[in-house]
Amino acid sequence: MPRKQACLLPLLVSALAISSCSRGDGPSSGRLAMVRSRDQLLCGVNGKLPGFSFVDRTGTYRGLDVEICHAIAAAVLGDGSKVEFRELNPAERFTALASGEVDLLSRNTSYSLSREAKGGNNVAFAPVVFYDGQGMLVPRGSGINSLSDLNGQSICVLSGTTSELNLANRLRERSIRYTPLKYQTADQTFTAYLQGRCAAVTSDRSGLAAKRSSFPVPEAHVLLTDQMSKEPLAPASVKADTAWADALRWIIYALMQAEELGITQANIDTRVAEARADPNQADLRRFLGIDGDFGQQLGLAPDFVVRAIKASGNYGELFERNVGSASPIGLERGLNKPWNQGGLLYAPPFR
Amino acid sequence: MSSSRHQQLPPQEQLSALETLRLACFANPLDGLISLALISAVLAAAWQLLRWALLQAQWGVIAANSTLLALGRYPEPQRWRLWLLLWLLSTVAGLSWGLLRRQSWPRNDLLATAVLTGLTLWAPAAVAQPLAVQAHWWGLTAWLLLLRSSAGAMAARVPPPVLQCWALLWPVVYVSGMGLIAGGLGLVRVPSPLWGGLLLTLIEACFAMLLCLPLGLALALGRSSGLPLLRMGAVAYIEFIRGAPLITLLFLGQNILGFLLPGGLSPDRIWRAAWVLTVFASAYVAEALRAGLAAIPRGQVEAARSLGLNTAQTLSHVVLPQAIKVALPALVGQFISLLQDTTLLSLIGLMELLGTARTVLANPEFLGRNAEVYVVLALLFWCCCAALGLGSRALEVRLNRQRSVAVR
Repeated sequence: MPRKQACLLPLLVSALAISSCSRGDGPSSGRLAMVRSRDQLLCGVNGKLPGFSFVDRTGTYRGLDVEICHAIAAAVLGDGSKVEFRELNPAERFTALASGEVDLLSRNTSYSLSREAKGGNNVAFAPVVFYDGQGMLVPRGSGINSLSDLNGQSICVLSGTTSELNLANRLRERSIRYTPLKYQTADQTFTAYLQGRCAAVTSDRSGLAAKRSSFPVPEAHVLLTDQMSKEPLAPASVKADTAWADALRWIIYALMQAEELGITQANIDTRVAEARADPNQADLRRFLGIDGDFGQQLGLAPDFVVRAIKASGNYGELFERNVGSASPIGLERGLNKPWNQGGLLYAPPFR
Repeated sequence: MSSSRHQQLPPQEQLSALETLRLACFANPLDGLISLALISAVLAAAWQLLRWALLQAQWGVIAANSTLLALGRYPEPQRWRLWLLLWLLSTVAGLSWGLLRRQSWPRNDLLATAVLTGLTLWAPAAVAQPLAVQAHWWGLTAWLLLLRSSAGAMAARVPPPVLQCWALLWPVVYVSGMGLIAGGLGLVRVPSPLWGGLLLTLIEACFAMLLCLPLGLALALGRSSGLPLLRMGAVAYIEFIRGAPLITLLFLGQNILGFLLPGGLSPDRIWRAAWVLTVFASAYVAEALRAGLAAIPRGQVEAARSLGLNTAQTLSHVVLPQAIKVALPALVGQFISLLQDTTLLSLIGLMELLGTARTVLANPEFLGRNAEVYVVLALLFWCCCAALGLGSRALEVRLNRQRSVAVR
């Protein structure tokens, strides 16, 4: 019997350790303290998604998801380079988060009910950093301008994906007849499209745009504006540590707010100097941490916004650099514009 | 093979090369037709491949990412350690090769030398490495070949005990190599997430190969032991592991260990994966060795016992040397598939060769270069597996030298 108890002891201890790790209490969150004492942010990324996360030829991680991590590391630790990236596959991402192997997921994860609910994956989502959705790629000048023009045409789709399912549902709702051409791999699907075996090819818009940039003549293809599904991609953290989730949420909001205020990586220093000199700019002074205690309320440094923007720039810069018109992916902002320009990005007030 | 052995073989009709070809491919009209169809199909495929490789493929992606594919994100200032490791490996490999073959240079050795020399002269230049790096590779190969010939000449004067214990040098090389790669003991630490590419593939595969042999041997002996508890334990282990796909075990290793042990305690992801590979391979190695053990006639054990040898001595002097000889081809097959199984690690997010290749393909600069990258990957794996195969063939020939049956 004593031997059996001795075997159980380590299990008990580790169970206790897990539960104590994941219990956050107030602004001094367990995870925040852990990140600080480690002096490094562990960020779970995809690692194989063009424009979002990949390793460039010098061995550095690059992409939109990656730069979000840099901004968070800068805000929390004061140095955007203090990040270690863990490549996670779809199956293990939530387990890795729950077991504490990563501090957050910045890994093209769609925000949905079953992922947030306690009975589901039970993770806390940060604001959406990329509104993706299923789109349709057609040859330019083919006369196809909307989904209804596809009546009677054939459409290439990767078999066994949600894209296939969405395509069937959306087109049946609008009673559009079409012939699906299903392929087993992405390469086959796009080769068939390029050989003209189908009038259009469907997948997530970001994926279509990335694929398009590898075509022999990318300009000869155009993305339809119709969107067939909602894929709001957001960073995520464990739900138990609300203080950590709050910090993440407001760091990302700060990137969006900075774009709204016209603060960029290039002009941040002059804007800080201006705000410091001009006591009338009360909102800007609070946002940049010159007045007030926003940083303290979140358990972060007073100038966390300045640090994050210095590391990655505002959201608009981040988007353009990685997936926007300044990148080979060449996506239009679309829904990812600020709210006052017709997009969905809306940071609640910093007050 | 030696000429004396040829004289013992029955006399053969001497055929010219052309005649042999005619008999093999065009013995009758149907044969000829089939041969013609197959040969033209192969030629057409080869022509297409050649045209693609020379005209359509854009090989720039390989040159631009060659370091990434070889080492992953291993930091530049610490790469001298990997060069040092390469010199160490080339030294030990050259010596081992020489001691194994002595002064003879069979056809396989000449082939390996030619391939090695060709690769060294061509590959670094093809991926546009600076001249200093190219020269470094030439030096490494020259040193390897020099040691091979000088060790071959000295082999006769090396005392037999040294030769017997020579294989034990490899684990020592592995441990010191890992020390160089990981750092510590005065060297700057390079954390494991920075290891990648071919380097990580070889680290994982070699770890599993070195450890699965003793583990598999213990299991094989356990399975053929007379003690029921030991036997049942070994059977349960082997059957459980063989009944589960490797990818399932890898997922178990990555996910469950993280839950059972709090953050810092569980071993690194890379070592978790290495242990899973070891555990997996050892079950198969155990079966290969059991086949070897079963091939030893009972009389051998009885004879050894009647000479007064105890169980351990019977095993180490009589049974195992013969059993390993029988099991060697199966073992090498297992090692080769183990090397290829490491590609599964890319599915659990490790940056081994395939994982690195996939992240290279996600770089917007190189989108759509899949074929080029995968062809190079296939060639790299082929080179590693061919080296394993050649090495094992040499070992087989050496182990069989004292046997009367000629292995040709």
